[in-house]
Amino acid sequence: MIWNEKNETMPREELEVVQLARLQAQVERVYATVPYYREKMDAAGVAPGDIKTLQDIKHLPFTTKDDLRRNYPFGLFTVPLDRIVRIHASSGTTGQPTVVGYTRRDIKMWAEMMARSLAAAGVTQKDVVHNAYGYGLFTGGLGAHYGAEEMGCAVIPISGGNSKRQITLMRDFGSTVLLATPSYTLNLADTMAEMGVDPSELKLRVGIFGAEPWSEQMRTELESRLKIKAVDIYGLSEVLGPGVAVECIEEQRGLHIMEDHFLPEIVDRDTFEPLAPGEKGELVFTTLTKEAFPVIRYRTKDVCQLITKVCTCGRTFHRMPKVTGRTDDMLIIRGVNVFPSQIEEVLIGTEGVEPHYQLVVSREGSLDTIEAQVEVSEEFFSDEVRVLEGLTRKLQGNIKDLLGISCKIKLVEPKTIQRSEGKAQRVIDKRNI
Amino acid sequence: MNVQQVAVFLEHKPGRLAEISHCLAESNINIRALSLADTTDFGILRLVADDTDKARKVLKEHGFTVGVTEVIAVGAEDRPGGMDKILQVVSKAGLNVEYMYAFTKKSGESGILLFKFDEPAQALTAFKEAGIKILSGEEVHSM
Repeated sequence: MIWNEKNETMPREELEVVQLARLQAQVERVYATVPYYREKMDAAGVAPGDIKTLQDIKHLPFTTKDDLRRNYPFGLFTVPLDRIVRIHASSGTTGQPTVVGYTRRDIKMWAEMMARSLAAAGVTQKDVVHNAYGYGLFTGGLGAHYGAEEMGCAVIPISGGNSKRQITLMRDFGSTVLLATPSYTLNLADTMAEMGVDPSELKLRVGIFGAEPWSEQMRTELESRLKIKAVDIYGLSEVLGPGVAVECIEEQRGLHIMEDHFLPEIVDRDTFEPLAPGEKGELVFTTLTKEAFPVIRYRTKDVCQLITKVCTCGRTFHRMPKVTGRTDDMLIIRGVNVFPSQIEEVLIGTEGVEPHYQLVVSREGSLDTIEAQVEVSEEFFSDEVRVLEGLTRKLQGNIKDLLGISCKIKLVEPKTIQRSEGKAQRVIDKRNI
Repeated sequence: MNVQQVAVFLEHKPGRLAEISHCLAESNINIRALSLADTTDFGILRLVADDTDKARKVLKEHGFTVGVTEVIAVGAEDRPGGMDKILQVVSKAGLNVEYMYAFTKKSGESGILLFKFDEPAQALTAFKEAGIKILSGEEVHSM
């Protein structure tokens, strides 16, 4: 089913007319209301009137996460707080978290994007939706919730955690749709096995998974273990939250980008010049209709290409493949954003710890794990086991306090961590995503 | 002067111990006693050598993390009950042993116990009061 047939199946020429009109209006509004954007555009020598075609977007300056941090908390909002009805923030714990705001109209638009996503995954108002995305500052829980309500589903706002209870309620309530991160879903599948619950006893038929990268192998695993169809959803809070792009259940191949609201570009990772749709580069988004917190050419750090081939589902929106790589080192561990630099801060901030470290990310069973390998310097070496183990516990505790993740500390001999000849390879990702 | 002990950090990797023994051998260093503490993730090799400074230097040059600490060496009779006599003193004095290891000079002649205490000064006093023989660094290193 297509939620908004008119927009989602609009011929490309018409869509481009809509996009251009919205882009022009958006740029004008941002220029008029946000001093930071105005200064950047002035510095780049571009005025709102210069945007005469969609291609002219390339003259506009990019927006990065740093720009968002620099304007913490509300510097990039286009409206005063009395028009804001919701604020979300990233997990950014050191430095500044990125803060996003929504007007009533933004929330309505977001609910539509999520309803479209659910519809693309084959969900209807008859479904019982088990929403295990985290509720709170994270956009996942509430974003998905509003979309499912918009559609008219029975929503169970269970949030994350307490897996046994989740499974009991899923069975008792006859949930048909699961919304969760893929790694948490694997955890749920493991718990079902432990509880002796056969997934065929449940009514689950589809899962909509996002908030972290996941592979085709993971899809096979989730589909066969839970006897469901697994659909990928994409979003980021800076642009909206979940609902920026979604796979259709017909193809499960590439995520349709809601192009009437978000204008995608692919740019070269080094030169930042626009690339042709089929070429691989960094994905950049410009919001076309957002009121409170629009972004102009926001660099997502996600690497992909655009698929322009017409899809059998009838949607005319271009698709992006599953995201597999990021242009910088941001790690997503069980749905929590972690920058190696944050762990670095803890390690280096601890007396006696060498600045040489490496992070190893892997997957044990169904959960992402992270291990920090730290070189033992003479300064903190001790002939007593107790002292060394105390130190690793202290580091673990500090990381947990700061980032909210469990990070194993492995002490290694000096010089065993490969020294970089340029950019350090801080992260070894063994997850094979 | 007490006994100087060389401690070396070891990752759990095949061949690391052999590398240590090889570089000590090449430098003609004799090992008097050693013990290996192992945890799930790493190990600590503790040894007493005939030339502490040289052992430390050589190991450092080979890229090991090395620490030198003092341990207390006491003589025990090399017969049943020899060690117990000493540990009874330790227990009565309420001393906490961080770790210990032992070796014999010559079978049947005399055993030597090496101790690391939380409070070495108190341990020395307790041993002296009980009439237990405390060995000097010179004695142990030159055995």
